[in-house]
Amino acid sequence: MDIKRRDFLKVVAGSGLLLAAGESPAHAIARPPKTMPPEAVGLMYDSTICIGCKVCQKACKVSNDMPPEHTLRGPEMLDNVWDNPADLSGYTLNIVKAYKNGSGEVKNREDNGFAFIQRHCMHCVDPACVSACPVSALQKNPKTGVVTYNKKACIGCRYCQMACPFLIPKTEWDSPFPQIRKCQFCDHKFAEGGYSACAESCPTGATIFGPAKDLLQEAKRRVTLKPDSYYDYPVQRIDSRHRLKQKVAPYMNQIYGEKEVGGTQFIMLAALPFDKLGLPELGDRPDAALSEGIQHTLYKGMIAPAVVLAGLMFAAYRSTKNDK
Amino acid sequence: MSEPKPLGGKIITAPFLFFSALAVLAVILIIKRFFLGLGAVTNLNDGYPWGIWIAYDVVVGTAIACGGYAMALLVYIFNKGEFHPLVRPALLASAFGYTLAGVSIFFDVGRYWQAYNLFLPWYSQLNSVMFEVAFCITMYIFVLWIEFSPSFMEWLKAKGLKKTVDRLMFVFIAIGVLLPTMHQSSLGTLMVITGKKLSPLWQTPLIPLLALISAITMGYAIVIFEAIISAVSFKRDIETPILSKLSALIPPLIGAYLVVRFGDLIWRGALGMAFSGGLKGNMFIIENLLFLVPLAILASKSNRKNPQKLFIAAVSMLLAGALFRFDLFLIGFNPGEGWHYFPSFSETIITIGLVSLEIAGYIFFVKKFPVLPGAEHA
Repeated sequence: MDIKRRDFLKVVAGSGLLLAAGESPAHAIARPPKTMPPEAVGLMYDSTICIGCKVCQKACKVSNDMPPEHTLRGPEMLDNVWDNPADLSGYTLNIVKAYKNGSGEVKNREDNGFAFIQRHCMHCVDPACVSACPVSALQKNPKTGVVTYNKKACIGCRYCQMACPFLIPKTEWDSPFPQIRKCQFCDHKFAEGGYSACAESCPTGATIFGPAKDLLQEAKRRVTLKPDSYYDYPVQRIDSRHRLKQKVAPYMNQIYGEKEVGGTQFIMLAALPFDKLGLPELGDRPDAALSEGIQHTLYKGMIAPAVVLAGLMFAAYRSTKNDK
Repeated sequence: MSEPKPLGGKIITAPFLFFSALAVLAVILIIKRFFLGLGAVTNLNDGYPWGIWIAYDVVVGTAIACGGYAMALLVYIFNKGEFHPLVRPALLASAFGYTLAGVSIFFDVGRYWQAYNLFLPWYSQLNSVMFEVAFCITMYIFVLWIEFSPSFMEWLKAKGLKKTVDRLMFVFIAIGVLLPTMHQSSLGTLMVITGKKLSPLWQTPLIPLLALISAITMGYAIVIFEAIISAVSFKRDIETPILSKLSALIPPLIGAYLVVRFGDLIWRGALGMAFSGGLKGNMFIIENLLFLVPLAILASKSNRKNPQKLFIAAVSMLLAGALFRFDLFLIGFNPGEGWHYFPSFSETIITIGLVSLEIAGYIFFVKKFPVLPGAEHA
């Protein structure tokens, strides 16, 4: 064998492109994480005061013109009169789920207790879906920070679904012309001064709408409240004059979404550990930053491939000339 | 060995009919998908939005189709003219493999009628790994057919055109080496953004390097595999000396791959998970044993001269690369509790049907066009 193996491997590994990625630790290649737009809007969900009435689920369907879903079948369901989705789907953008343990007697308790959790798009500060989308169908609004979907751009490759750590984007699997569906904070209502239907419809203030930074401040205040004391919880919006005096539950000292994958604009409070409520345990770094960092380290704005191409052309020219 | 010649002979044979029938079945099921949606044909779901059409047809399929790339790298970039007779059959198999991967993507994506959005500059999203993969693969399909086109021109006896194409061929060869280098590594990078959903046994910033090295190695393995299969099924002599020389490239490539693979696992402290006994750990062990088989066989010079051992080594290498990709995209991927995926019958038939179409097409082409090297005359 007269091919010089060392040269061969050197070129394979180097082909100009890969060496940098191979030798640096992950966070050195990652691009810096993105930051929240100053005027970003958000939602806050406080599991401790949610009564599980699901009115937000219904309001969401009305606001987004989504059909009811029937996952429980049989005569006892009265021919499927009720909307009863089992999970988020291409037809359900917002859902309230229940946690129950043992006898399920006491609210906001892990053992022999119960609690509720609301799930919909987290509107990440540095969204993986936006980074993944090849055709800019998913975008982060530079002002509000809302992660929006454009069906005219989408090709249905579902890479956003692979990328999302919260499993939020959903496909309409039974449609020959499927869209990706996800919560967009009801941004179609923003222009006329409206806001998210789930917050607007919530009777207890469990889900409230407002500027993301104000919501975070409020969340930080709540986790320091003394259990069994009373607190005036704003209803619908953070700046609402309508407040409900409610008993304070023992909050976990964690604001879910404050740091997860670089922060989210939907944040949550609860009296139970969030993994019990079905939320994934995630690190602080956005995966998009690493993925993009690797790509851009390898390609350096297409200069590296251009240089390699020139070298390849020279080599190929020399070889094909020898052929003749 | 002389210039490539058509094999001739009857096109309609029993194997050709068998593979064509499977392809027809697949087409019928694909039509069903277009009328009733992906859910009617596949077991895909919101937890596992990608199934075997991506993991096998696209990711494994294009890696198996790296023969043309691997040979072009060797013959034209490293100037090893002695391997020239292996280039054309490798290019044909690559052109088929990549074209069918492209076809698979078309019926896998939900909104196929807008697929051209990828190429509209105002939609192109340059941070997306998927954009790079989709763009490069599309370009490469065209480049592969251009690289293969002299076979058509010889058949058409279009001498003037062939001369012009031959003169410019070095440009296409260069692009044809650059594009797979980019997208074969990026096919691996696709999974980086899935973060914690992918087991630490596979989740590493080095996926692109592993994907690239293994794709090139699979390229050499498929050339050996196809040369032996063609020789046996078309009753020709096995080109053992040249295949033996080619196979010597495989051990150093596998060696490099395994150094990166295990160095990374040890450095990240993830290797222990391999021995936890679960499905993921066991598949990891099988995957890496499959890499060791060709390494062990082909490290010995006498084994490399034995067609049976060459064949076993090539098959094991292809399985190793394929299982690495299945593990990366499906088996190592866990979106969370309650989600399951196993391909449906229809989904599997579509994949089998496409591979059958590829084989039937290959049989047709080598009989009709000058692809395989002409028989040696004593």
